[in-house]
Order: sequence, then structure tokens, then C-alpha cells
Amino acid sequence: MRALALLLLAAACTSATSTPSTTPAPAAASQAGDSGRSPSAAGPGALSTPLADPFPSTYQRFPSRPTVIRNVNILTAAGPLIRNGALYMRDGKIVAVGATVDAPADAVVIDGQGKYLTPGIVDVHSHLGVYAAPGVEANSDGNEATNPVTANVWAEHSVWPQDPQFPRNLAGGVTTLQVLPGSANLIGGRSVVLKVVPSRTVQGMKFPDAKYGLKMACGENPKRVYANRGPSTRMGNVAGYRAAWINAEQYRRRWDKWLADSTGDPPARDLGLETLAEVLRGNILVHNHCYRADEMAQMIDIAQEFGYEIRSFHHAVEAYKIADLLARDSIAASVWADWGAFKMEALDAVTGNLPLLYKAGAITIVHSDDPSGSQRLNQEAAKGIAAGHRLGIDIPEEEAIKWLTINPAWALDLDDRIGSLEPGKNADVVLWSGDLFSVYTRAEKVWVDGALLFDRLDPTHKWRTDFELGFVRTVADGGDR
Amino acid sequence: MRTLAFALAALGCASVVEAQTVAITGGTVYPVSGPKIENGTVLIRDGKIAAVGQNVTIPADAERIDATGKWVTPGFIDAVTQLGVVEVGAVSQTRDVSSTGGEDGIAAAFTVWTGLNPASVLLAPARNEGITSVGVIPGGGLVAGQAAIVDLVPGTATDMVRRAPVAMVATMTPPGNEIASRGELLVRLRELLTDTRAYAANKAAYERNASREYAASRADLEAMIPVLQGRVPLLVQADRASDIDAALRLADDFDLELMVMGGAEAWMVADRLAAANVPVITGAMNNIPYSFAMLGARQDNVALLRRAGVRVALMGNAGGGDEETFNVRNIRYEAGNAVAYGASWDDALRAVTLTPAELYGVADRVGSLATGRDANVVVWSGDPFEFSTTADVVLIGGERVKAPSRQDLLMERYKTLPPNYFLPPPPR
Repeated sequence: MRALALLLLAAACTSATSTPSTTPAPAAASQAGDSGRSPSAAGPGALSTPLADPFPSTYQRFPSRPTVIRNVNILTAAGPLIRNGALYMRDGKIVAVGATVDAPADAVVIDGQGKYLTPGIVDVHSHLGVYAAPGVEANSDGNEATNPVTANVWAEHSVWPQDPQFPRNLAGGVTTLQVLPGSANLIGGRSVVLKVVPSRTVQGMKFPDAKYGLKMACGENPKRVYANRGPSTRMGNVAGYRAAWINAEQYRRRWDKWLADSTGDPPARDLGLETLAEVLRGNILVHNHCYRADEMAQMIDIAQEFGYEIRSFHHAVEAYKIADLLARDSIAASVWADWGAFKMEALDAVTGNLPLLYKAGAITIVHSDDPSGSQRLNQEAAKGIAAGHRLGIDIPEEEAIKWLTINPAWALDLDDRIGSLEPGKNADVVLWSGDLFSVYTRAEKVWVDGALLFDRLDPTHKWRTDFELGFVRTVADGGDR
Repeated sequence: MRTLAFALAALGCASVVEAQTVAITGGTVYPVSGPKIENGTVLIRDGKIAAVGQNVTIPADAERIDATGKWVTPGFIDAVTQLGVVEVGAVSQTRDVSSTGGEDGIAAAFTVWTGLNPASVLLAPARNEGITSVGVIPGGGLVAGQAAIVDLVPGTATDMVRRAPVAMVATMTPPGNEIASRGELLVRLRELLTDTRAYAANKAAYERNASREYAASRADLEAMIPVLQGRVPLLVQADRASDIDAALRLADDFDLELMVMGGAEAWMVADRLAAANVPVITGAMNNIPYSFAMLGARQDNVALLRRAGVRVALMGNAGGGDEETFNVRNIRYEAGNAVAYGASWDDALRAVTLTPAELYGVADRVGSLATGRDANVVVWSGDPFEFSTTADVVLIGGERVKAPSRQDLLMERYKTLPPNYFLPPPPR
């Protein structure tokens, strides 16, 4: 069945990199008839094509007005703090940032009153939409815990755009999320990068042209979930990763050869191996849940064995023990400020993780893995700064802002578009009510691609999800309705 | 058993044997029981607060702690934790926080503090950051058992248990397996209370095997008697407004002392809570409708409750990491967030000091800086709710209790790489 469909689809694919030389078999044609399509209408799913995009983003930026924010302390994540500076954004992009900017006549001018302005926060570890609120069984869509390797699943197919956690995240200054599958599996599937915007569809939230990520997980979770069928040990885990990559390499070779010469029937398409092959081609970024230092070192060796790169370790509570290795290999560490002790592999969590990583020159990221923590990532970074102070490591706020913005943007390979306030970049901008790292500070205004989508001071303009209507009296940032 | 526990608790400060006088000088003192005192002195003698004020005579032999430019408060109290009864959350043999309660989910006789582990490595991170007492609260089932308030003083479990029981813990949200609906839950609670009344009225008949069948074991009924008598409060986990209302009716019908824990939608019934003088223990960082019982969760819950006159103590319930164990230390940020969402700073401080002490019946010992109270005192480098602030001196019963935690030892080991596995331990 699958082979037949592949033949059919391969034959008709117009966007493939090469045209197959075979003719559709009659059986395939009749199958196409069943679906009311002619053979020529077969889609690009015929082939295992690099960088295929079968669920393309339909995101359109929201209407915006040219806006100037003045008299504001700007943490650009690309240089020193600009005191009492100004920023000008127009048509979704940042036009100018500096001590002063020329405000055109048609611009909305906002007096920042000495508050703080930052890039939109980027959370590289979210399960919003896949573990939607309320957290009932029917909304539990984050772990396809039916097989230790489910590279074939895509988180976006679980994302519920009406998850009421989305507007709350935006109110926390978060403008970009990587939504990942859970950590039950050795290889959990594809992540998706979303803009935190209202939409009827997940496609409408997808960050245009963002790379996919691959979720991998070490340690206790997979071996616990699969204790009865295996893997039930850490060595079983490693055998599982290696077996998957062996298959993936074979698949990649077979398809790359066929895509180059189009000789004979195309190989069978396999969604899981296709995702893994895309990792091997460098088109998908590996995000690896891993707590212990020794396991991270082993995952680095596995990556070398099969020729892929780990973009970031996630959780990485022991990253401080191998901060030098992570810095050497340019593997980002996406960590909590202070979670720990909840399981054996989290026992050695220290508040010094962030500052010690920073000091070692590793790419340091504050992530959440939590819908509540994601709303206060600035507070998590503040804990890291304080822990650094106690260790004698001075972390200027110009550096700590990078943990929240440009570094996670790098982990998503989006640092050319988001993560810093520089001319030409997307105008994802947050105005904070005060010092970014104070407990009393809240996001006051949030712009996504130049559009003001959250304004704490405007009670008439609040994003409310479908679920909230009738069920939830309050709005995301407090206040009764 | 309970009597014994009280006796043990009364001995709580027995470890402070040497007579000594300490004067904390020059700081801004927040006694909580009264207005703040600029350039105040806190005088401590024999582990107790001897005087607080601007014009305190300092004995010549007193050890002085210079708090100039610093803030001095009572030690903080997190009203709801599992400190000392859960070490590694996912490792069952390190969990002593619940009882199976048998098939009926009633574990009233369960005394959570009897499993308290004074060697827990999770105590140091909390006390090093200014947490000096915690509520230790059992969980699970319909009636989870009895709670204690515990001082984080180094020593034995006996030294630590300040008072127990301080509450009987139950839930108003049906706990899945044992109870199918809210109606059934209320039937069960009412039956338990009614049977407790019958049992208490005629124990002799019970001993003769001449009573009708009761809804709980003898031990559970015995444990419920002080609850029925209003001597031990019933602390109910309740989030939905209607669940809180049901708890208020139950307390009214049986004349119980009621306290609400969780309380996501408590703001919706704030007036009724205030009228009944029922306090709420809640957090300030939860605005997510995690369940159908907390659709009304909002971060300004604390502020709204206070505005209505409800007594509020704080707990960590943002739903994130380890708030009941490893991150009990973060209760001060819970307070800061409460302020960010409309609570007054003074109210927030009270919610992590004197109010929880009052709720647990230990306000005569902890929770404020007043003469005669235990010298549980913290000298902060600044505003204790701010991330940049450190707890520079932490005293429990007048003794300095800051000592390197396991985490500190790990950081010391790994702050230069590769680590030296033969480094001597730092002095304690």
C-alpha cells in the first residue's frame, strides 16, 4: 500500500528536486481515483525531500503603526545598555535604535519613562499547546509514548492554538516559543517554532521558515516509561539512539543517491527516518533533554559517531560540570535557574549553573519547560545573576539579557531575525514596567513584528482564547472581565 | 502520641544551651508586629529576643552584628512544604509525606512529622536563604493526616518540630481513585465527622464492641476528635469557589476551625471567607487554569483577598519546580510577586512571617520580632523579596545556622574545571 502510493506520488511530484523516470503503475492510478484525484495531482509527499514543508506557515503579521519608544533603557542583547535611548520600528522591522532616533510624523511616540526595553523573550523549551490547560487527559498530547523512537511525530500536530496558556505567555514578554514533544522517548519527534499570537490554526502561529528541531531525551524518563519493553537501562537508551542513527544514515544515503540520479524506483518513504536524515543533513537541529554531565558527554560522542550536531542540551542541570566541553563544541545549555532534587538525575542541580556556564563561555540559555516559569523568564535570569554574585561572577545585565533572547534565538537558528534590537530585525519588542531583573517588574507592552499585541494598561484590548470565553472570567494579566 | 509530640515540641529550643547576647545594630528593622524601625537594634539573649527598638541598651559583652544599610526581619515561614519528608521526589523510599489511608482515603491518624528527616540535604538551601520555619503538610487521599510546623534548626527531629499537630489536612477536590464526585466527598467528610462525634461520646461502647460500624478506624476517629472540638483546624485543599463554599458550610455545620489551602478562586468568595474569618494559604504566581477547579486562577488573588480582609499566608504554588522542597527558599519571591500584583509590601511580609505563625498557633514564639519571641532573625542585604538580595545572617533560636549546603559543595568543586576530587571539605 505504502509502496504503491509512493510510486504514484513520486511520479507526479512537481516540487521534487528531480523527476522520477518511472511511470505510475495502474494500481496506483486507481488508488488515486479513489480519492478523487488524478495522478497528476499527487502531492510532494511522494518523495522524501530535503527541507520539505508540507504544513507551511500561514502567519501574517498583525496590523501595526510606525512606533517610536523614547526615554527608555534599552537592553539590545547586541551591545551595551542604552540609557534613555529610543527605538523606532515600522512595517514589522526595527528601523533604528540608539541614543536618539528620528521620529517620523506618522509614528506613535511612547514615552518609556525610564523603563526597560528588550527584545521579545525566546523560550526554547515549551509544551504550550501540546500540554494545554486545563491539564486533562484529553489535552495530554505531548508524549507519543508508544515507542521509544517516534521521530515520525511532529509536535505541531498536537498544538491546540486555543490553549489559554498562550496569551499568558505573551503577557510575560515571550514572543517566540519552541514547542517540543515530551521526554518519554529516546527520540520524541519534531519540535515547532511558534510566534505567540492568536490564530485559528497552528500554521498561523508557525514562525516562517524556521528550522525544525528534533527532541531527544536521555536518562531516567525513557528507561522508566519503557521499563517493561525496553530500553530499561541507560545502556539500553544508548543502544536505541545508535540503532536509530544507523537506520537514518542508510536512509539518507539511499534517498540522497536517488534524489541525485533518479534511477529506478524511489526508495520507500519513512517519516521517522526522514526526520532523522534531515538531522544528518543539517536541516533539523537537535535539542537534547539530558540532566547528567556524563550522559551529555556520551551524547556528544554519539553525535560525532553519526556526524550530526547537538544544538542545545536542555535542562542540563549538570552542565556546569562540563561547561568547558559545551563551550568548546558550541553546544548551548538551556537550563533552569534553580530546579532540582525532584529525581536522581536532578540531584546535583545548583543555582550556579547559569553563572558557571556563562563564565566558561558556553552559550547560556534560560528555558522554562513550564507554562508558569515561562511567564517569568526574566525572574529566572535574575536568580542566575544573583547566584553569580554569590560565586564572585559578575554578570552585567547586557549579558544576562542574552540568556533570554539572542542565545535562544541562536539555538533555533533564528538569530539573524530575532533576539536582539538591531535595525533590520523583526520588531519583537517588550516594554517592561521597570528594571528587567526586579521581582516587581512586569511586561507592560509587547510587540510582535511591530504589532502591539499585549498592553497591560489597556483593558479593552486583551487576547482571550476560545476556551476562556465563558469559562475563565479573568484575563491573562489579572483583572476581572 | 499527640501529647508526646507537644512535649517534644515544647523542648524545641533545648539545643540552645549557652547563655549569650547578640545585638543586631544599625539596620532597618521590620518587626511585623509593629511598624518598621529605622536604625533599630534587635537584642538577643539566650536565644530569645530581649529587646527591639531604636534606644536599646547593648550590654558590653554582646556580640554585635552590624546591619547598617541592611534589612532585618523575622525568619521567613513557608506555610505549605514537604521539607524533611520528601528528599528525592521520584524516589519512593525517600518519600514520607503520605499514608495510603487504606481503601477509604482517610488517614487522619497519620502524623507526617514522625517521618521527618533532620539529615535532609534540602534543609540547608532553605535556611541559608532565610527560611527558618515551615509547615510540613501531608498529602493524598481524602483526609491526608496531620501537619506540623517545623523549625529548620540543625538538630534532631525533636528539636525541629515546633508544634504538632497544627492542622488536619483534607481535600475538597475529589481524589480520583477513592471518590467519584464532590457530592460523595461531602457525604464522606460529614459521615466521618458525625461518626467522630458518636465515637467521642461513647468510647466505652466502642471498646465493648457495642457501637454501630463507623466510617473510619479507631485511630482515625481518635485523631479527628480535636478537629471536631475546634482545637485543631481543618486545612482543606480547595480551589474552586464552590468547593470553598462547601467547606465553609461544612465548617459552620460542625463548628470547625477552617483554613483553606490553594484557593485559586478564593477571590470570588473573599467576602464570605472574611466574614467567617477563614484564612487562605495561597501563592502569587499562578494564573493558569490548570484544572476545571482553578479556571479563575489569577495572580492578584492575594491582593483581592487582603482587600476583603481575609488573612493570607503564602505558599509556593506556581506549578513549577520543587516549590515544596528544594525551592522552598523561593517563598520570598512569591511574596515579591504578590506585591507586583497589587498586595502591599507589608501584607506580603506578614504573609511569610506572622500570619502563618498565627495560623499554626505559634505566633507567641515565631513570626515577629517582639520581646520574648524566639530569635529567628534574618539580616538581608536589601529588600528580601528581590533577587539581588542575600540573606547575610540567619539566626534560629539566636544561633547562626548558615552552613554550606550540598549545592554549595558541588559549586565549590566545579567552579574550576576539571574538578579536584580530593579537595578538603570547607569549614562548617
